Order: sequence, then structure tokens, then C-alpha cells
Amino acid sequence: MKLQKATLCGLYAVLELAAHSDQQISAAEIADKYDISINHLAKVLRSLVRAKLVESVRGAGGGYRFSGNPKRVTLLDVIELFEEVGRDAEDSPPVYLDEGLALHKVLREIDDIAIATLSSISITTLLKIIEKQKRGTKADTKAPVRSSAEGV
Amino acid sequence: MKTLIKPEEEIPFGEVQIRTALAEDIPWIVSLDEKTTGEPKLQYWQDLFAHFQQSRGVGRAFLVAEQQGRVVGFITGEVRAFEFGSEPCGWVFALNVDPEIRVHNVGTRLFETLCETFGRAGVEKVRTMLNRDNHLVLSFFRSLGMMAGPFIQLEKDLD
Repeated sequence: MKLQKATLCGLYAVLELAAHSDQQISAAEIADKYDISINHLAKVLRSLVRAKLVESVRGAGGGYRFSGNPKRVTLLDVIELFEEVGRDAEDSPPVYLDEGLALHKVLREIDDIAIATLSSISITTLLKIIEKQKRGTKADTKAPVRSSAEGV
Repeated sequence: MKTLIKPEEEIPFGEVQIRTALAEDIPWIVSLDEKTTGEPKLQYWQDLFAHFQQSRGVGRAFLVAEQQGRVVGFITGEVRAFEFGSEPCGWVFALNVDPEIRVHNVGTRLFETLCETFGRAGVEKVRTMLNRDNHLVLSFFRSLGMMAGPFIQLEKDLD
């Protein structure tokens, strides 16, 4: 499954803001961290504000703040703001042909699994996965590097 | 924004204790299950309880969460080996928490206690299976760190 650029930007922004929910973060900071165009991100942030997932804080030290419930907002909720997911999202094989109908059935199976996966992972859950990944990376880095001569 | 999540300190009706299920818990379990599935399955739960009673051992548990004399949640599971070509691992067969007391870590405590049982039996993995439309429970298991495993469940209508 490949996500569109705007969707990825939206997910990065939501994750960054939800991970630091006590802070206001500027669009420039997010754009810089994820190496995305600030103009593109500004558009994405507007969509997130309209969806009430993000709040814009004006004034000195202003920026954006996550305003959703991270335990309830799922990946699907964010993705669907920017693109259609699953059924009817792409050109389906024509269902008036038996072959098309059979193909449609198989493709629908894949879509159903994708939807079930994306709708069961909340922002909090994804932040936990990220944390676990970070710990794993740190542990890997700390592990002593064995030289090829060791144990000989 | 109004939140649907109740603060954790406000557990209604008092503290919850996790313990092994007893025969007298069965009516509570049946009623709790019926509350969420809409179907009473007395025979099923009696048989499952009897199975756990008869073959008590390492890596197997039928646990309940008790609060002031009433059962507010339960979990069952056991270590199974080599079915479907799998290495030994713990399977969670059923998990249920009274909707009145959800989001207060009761399900998490039941799950973790069962995982301790699995861990003592020497396995390193826990699995479960559920309907992909059951978003609530799917999200719960996901929040505990569970991910899709390497097996795919298949089925067909019998002609």
C-alpha cells in the first residue's frame, strides 16, 4: 500500500504534535524534521485543523497543537482526510464479467484487511510502536561490536 | 473537546482483583459474554471451564477479574504447540470486560496475568484471533503491542 504525499505529511504532523501534546510546534519545525515543503505542510495542517485534530495557536511562540484524543483517533481517521482507502478507491474490475467479479472479491479481501488494520491502530498505539523501535535501535547501537578476530 | 476516556483513578465500584476462575463464576461469565455478544452460551462456558479444570497445568489459565464479589471480566488461554506448523506459543481464546468498567486497565491486567502464565511455560509469543470488524477489541490488542502475525486464516463454505 502506498500513501500519497499529503497523507504522509498529515500523519507525520499528527504524530509529531501528539508526541509533544504539551507543546506548540511550528510548521517550520515539522517541515524541517521530516524534510517536507512548508507550503505543502501548511495546506495539510489546514485540513487537520478543519478536522479538529489540530489547533492553531497564534501569537509569539505560537504554532500547532494536537487537539484530538490520541487513544481514539486512528490512522484511518487521518488517512481518510487526504485520500480514499479501500473499496472503490481505485478502478475496480468490471463486476458484470465473472472474471471481474472474482477479481473484485479478491481485491476486496485485501481492502478489508487494510481497513481493519488502519482502523485498529490509534495514534497512541503508533507512538508506542515508534518508542519501541527507538529502544530497539538504541539497544542495537549499544551492543558491543564483535571483531572478526573474537572467539578465534 | 469532550473526551470519552474516564480518568484512570475513577474506577467505579472499587478495586479489582485478578484470580483463577471458579465454578461459581460461570453464571457471571455467561452473563458478561451475553451482554456483549447477545447470545447465552452456558454449555460452551461450562465445557471450557471443565477443560481448564481437568487439565490444569503449566501454560494454561482461565482467569477472572473480581470486584466486590462480582465478576467484571475474564480471559482464557493456553499454550498450544505445532498446530498449523507453529512453534509453541500462548493463545488467548477469549477476553471480555464489563462495558461499565472498560478503559480502567482491567483487560490489560487480565492479559498481562495470562502472559505471565505463558512466560512461565517458556513461550515467547502470544497470539489471538478475532473478527476484523471488531474494531474495539482489535484496537485494544493493538494497544498492547500486538501486530499481525505470519499466519493467514482461510475458510470456505461447505457445499
